[in-house]
Amino acid sequence: MELNRRVFLKCIGAAGAGVAGAATDSTAVHAWESRAPADPLGCLVDLNRCIGCRKCEQACQTVNKLPQPEQPFDDLTVLDKKRRPDERAYTVVNRYYPGRRDERDQLVPTFVKVQCMHCQDPACASACIVGALTKKENGAVYYDISKCIGCRYCMVACPFEIPAYEYHNPVTPRVMKCTFCYERVENEGKLPGCVGICPVEAMTFGRRSNLLKIAKKRIESDPGSYVNHVYGEHEAGGTSWLYISGVPFDRVGFIQVPHRPLTELAETIQSSLFSYLWSPIVLFGMLGGIMRAFGSRSDRDINDKGEES
Amino acid sequence: MSANPQAIRAKFWTPGVLVMAFFMAAGAVTVLARFIGGIGYVSNLSTARPWGIWIGIDVASGVALAAGGFTTAFLAHILGRHYYEPVIRPALLTAMLGYTFVVLGLMVDIGRSWAIWKPMVYWNPHSVLFEVAMCVMFYVNVLYIEFLPILVEQFKGRVKMPGPLAALNGVVENLLGLADRILPRIMWFFIISGVVLSCMHQSSLGSLMLIAPTKLHPLWYTPILPLLFLVSAVTVGYPMVVFETTLATASLKLDPEMKILSPLTRITVFLLGTYLALKTGDMVIRGTYVYLLDGTAQTNAFLVEMICGIIIPWIMLLSPAVRRSRRWLFIACALIVCGVLLNRINVFVVGYRPPVSENYYFPSISEMLITVGFISGLMFLYRFIVTYLPVLNRPGQEVSA
Repeated sequence: MELNRRVFLKCIGAAGAGVAGAATDSTAVHAWESRAPADPLGCLVDLNRCIGCRKCEQACQTVNKLPQPEQPFDDLTVLDKKRRPDERAYTVVNRYYPGRRDERDQLVPTFVKVQCMHCQDPACASACIVGALTKKENGAVYYDISKCIGCRYCMVACPFEIPAYEYHNPVTPRVMKCTFCYERVENEGKLPGCVGICPVEAMTFGRRSNLLKIAKKRIESDPGSYVNHVYGEHEAGGTSWLYISGVPFDRVGFIQVPHRPLTELAETIQSSLFSYLWSPIVLFGMLGGIMRAFGSRSDRDINDKGEES
Repeated sequence: MSANPQAIRAKFWTPGVLVMAFFMAAGAVTVLARFIGGIGYVSNLSTARPWGIWIGIDVASGVALAAGGFTTAFLAHILGRHYYEPVIRPALLTAMLGYTFVVLGLMVDIGRSWAIWKPMVYWNPHSVLFEVAMCVMFYVNVLYIEFLPILVEQFKGRVKMPGPLAALNGVVENLLGLADRILPRIMWFFIISGVVLSCMHQSSLGSLMLIAPTKLHPLWYTPILPLLFLVSAVTVGYPMVVFETTLATASLKLDPEMKILSPLTRITVFLLGTYLALKTGDMVIRGTYVYLLDGTAQTNAFLVEMICGIIIPWIMLLSPAVRRSRRWLFIACALIVCGVLLNRINVFVVGYRPPVSENYYFPSISEMLITVGFISGLMFLYRFIVTYLPVLNRPGQEVSA
């Protein structure tokens, strides 16, 4: 009994010391900091150039050894459906008629390639319970299947609704999304499959800072043909994939996304509450104190009863 | 007043138990189908809607409604209010079973159930879900440890296992004796840890959706979501105890324990009022009341949650007559329980709007069968355990302590 009391007091004392230590630490909690790579690789898509040939879809399927699509890649009728990347295709091209007309009064289509945007501060990577998703130095948001447990929190977190899931695999399903051809770019020094094959150079691959310069130069030199907005420069805190367009982005399927990284609020709250585990330690110390003051009778009660029986 | 918990030893296979067994069997078959055909075979989950009722009900609501465990432990063990001891064990049992089924629900929902141990090895300290998972893992074990004394009490000195297991009788007896000597000395640590771990993950469950500002409807998306989750979990703790104690005592024809349940809900008036003030204040400050009359499913779900789940039961509980009446107290507490249940469903399912796809989600029959199967399993085990272990207070027998 006495031992019990002594151990109890000692532990409460230790908790109290922890509280004091944590209090000083908690003042040192830093403001949220981006963990984005300084100058990653990226890709600039010029919607004014894309002709909707679907060669990029085909190259993606070949390079990433994805299953054959139900309709062949030269079947352009699929362009009329608003498709999304899914567990069988990392990238898709959709056709929009935003209202522009040519000299013969025909509607001019705009083609939009959709894939993972490879955010600078990816919400999916911040959310991932095991850190299976990581932002690599070269810009790719990389998925490590060996860590994944399939909680699909990345899919909840992604503001662009990109990661897909192999829902019909009962035991070893994977999260499926564009890899930015990470291994191909990093180890073989090649271009991503889609970029390399594009016949009209609708995609430009390079350092993100350079791509932003190129994008702004194109807009400046031909302001009549472009809207003054580089989608991805600020969206979600910046993305490795960037788009310029001749028509307003909201008319060709692009959604409004906050310009601050989506990770900021959740990570700030989480780290200010739990850095160095200060709050649980403080709470433990407080509850210990209350238990000592009010609950001590219960120790005696329980022990008395125990000794009686 | 001392508690006198005893095994009920009532007839087990009542018609109600048979109904539960039926739903359990249906759920079990569906779980089997999920592990043969995949999540997509049994559910309506999609790229746009990665989380459905398995997360909204089985996991998030399961955790919230198991809050009776840590709130009563705080009351009786930390504040030393032994008057409430008779409801401690049933609340602990509900929490233990609740969390066990949260883990089982997760096993069905995550794609790679066999990899559920991986967060212990691969840490992502930035992930809210990682913190929730760690807390739930530790807390489940804390609950099992808190439950051990009940096993010790029942079996110490009378371990008689049948057949070949009889050889182990001595070993088990020694283990129980050891537990009986050690547990009372270290239990304070687990009781405090249980409260701390609960506060951590109850709030962090709310933080989960903070990373999706464009998806969660503004009526629920607020930076104080973790605070709202914590306050609502603490609030629902005692009403949940009233709810399940009333159900259990009515079903097993025991003393309704109104002497304990009535005063237990006095604090609920204050807690629920706080929760109401926080939610209303948050709505006013962020100006989200502009959505209140737009007639969408989200808005209606929010109104039901606020009016039926918070305002009506709060007004009811203000009246001492309601708190003294078994029936009206039960109704008020059931409303609070349903309100918190609806809140969790709203945050994880109803309020979740995919930004690109117009993909409306409604749970499939199989998804519902699995959820109903788990709830039936929980109730089945509750009844089984109170029948054979000393959990519920014995009717009419005041102990002469």
